[in-house]
Amino acid sequence: MTEVAMTPTQTRSNLGRAIAIALLCIAVYIGLVVTLADEYLHADLSLGLPLAVRTLIAVFGGLIGAIIFLAGDDLGGSLSNVKLLFGIAVCFLVLGTYFGLFVAPPERFMGEVQRIMYVHVPTAWNGLLALTFAFACAILFLFKGDWKWDALMEGSIEVGVVLGFLLCCQGAIWAKPTWGVWWDWDPRLTTTAVLIFAFLGILALRKFVDDPVKRGIWSSVATIIAYVDVPIVYFSVRWWNSLHQLQSNPNTVSEPFWIPLRANAFGILFLMTAFILLRARVSKLRLENELAPPPLLEAELGEAV
Amino acid sequence: MSNVASNPTASAAMRRQTRLFMVGAFAVAAIAFMVIAAGGINKNLVYYWTPTDLHAAGDKAYGASIRLGGMVVPGSIRNRSGVSGLEFDVKDATGMVHVKSNGVPPQMFRENIGVVVEGTMTRAGYFQCNRLMVSHNNQYKAPKAGHPMNKEELKKLMQSTEGLSDSSK
Repeated sequence: MTEVAMTPTQTRSNLGRAIAIALLCIAVYIGLVVTLADEYLHADLSLGLPLAVRTLIAVFGGLIGAIIFLAGDDLGGSLSNVKLLFGIAVCFLVLGTYFGLFVAPPERFMGEVQRIMYVHVPTAWNGLLALTFAFACAILFLFKGDWKWDALMEGSIEVGVVLGFLLCCQGAIWAKPTWGVWWDWDPRLTTTAVLIFAFLGILALRKFVDDPVKRGIWSSVATIIAYVDVPIVYFSVRWWNSLHQLQSNPNTVSEPFWIPLRANAFGILFLMTAFILLRARVSKLRLENELAPPPLLEAELGEAV
Repeated sequence: MSNVASNPTASAAMRRQTRLFMVGAFAVAAIAFMVIAAGGINKNLVYYWTPTDLHAAGDKAYGASIRLGGMVVPGSIRNRSGVSGLEFDVKDATGMVHVKSNGVPPQMFRENIGVVVEGTMTRAGYFQCNRLMVSHNNQYKAPKAGHPMNKEELKKLMQSTEGLSDSSK
């Protein structure tokens, strides 16, 4: 063991990591531990916080914690962060799967079919979250001009598109026995399809542009514009008549259903963050490869934008 | 050189330019969102008509391809078990339409549940449906304590209206 002097950047990223882990722990405690204790130990660990406040803390703690965690990673050779996230994700997903399949009772009208909600809803939340990361990365890339944000943006969009595709498949499997159809062009489904194709288009744009500087700037601008569809997807069920039901909230969902729902939500959150980190590493290596020959770089930078 | 490689917009002029791009993108995004959210697009774009809308449309409803959405009126379902000849009434707060449908409805179909039917209004005064979709609400409830939840009970429960009074809109 040799002592290595810490650079200011390392100290800052360690601090960021500590803040991120603290936020994520708070989110898990408020979102899951309180519910588990209430359901099985009949103990009130809610610290007197009302339900709506707890929901907000769990959602924003998870969102901001994951963003800071992503920002604090150096996308370097060490995979310790990725392994940590994968490990935590597996624990949550095992818990969620067990509770979702064996502990939670079947829904009173939909029966066993309703169990697909335990993956469908967490996938939807996390898919929109991944695209929110991409949006944040696009702003940071344009504002700060650091390649790290370009790499993280590419990772987030790709993971978000995969989650969106899975979301539609799960939704179709749930829709067939309940609605009676696999798919219909209702506002929620249509805006979701538009969202997936818009971000798929941005990934295609990134493939077509060879100049890394132009690619970064154009895809960041496109990401900011395409992100408009995220609130539209969210509000679509309120703005229009739709086949899809309104968003559920803790008051419309029985408490035994909360545990698998939230355990899987955290599981997919950690899994998604791990995949984004892995994918961003690939992007960063590609970028370094493209930027490697110095004579070409100067020529490219000269005519860029 | 390494500075340039880690920072694509190292020069101040370039960073000003990318920040301009950011402001521009935000402006486009904000305008697009405002147009959709506040511009009344939700009045012009309609996924389905309610029975009231259908009556208000008058002659336009005949022969046109229409989606009609509403609640299945309790006690109005006829020939549920048959392969064809299913009939029921669909209502909203102020209107009601009689619907004839072919084919077997989804298992969730029952009294008091939301449906969206595709088809056309006939001169005979009923709605001929050729695609029946069930729309459920955002309530997911565990069965009441002590309720037996074996498969047969469950099947019966899914076709009944038990417990619906507190969940119907």
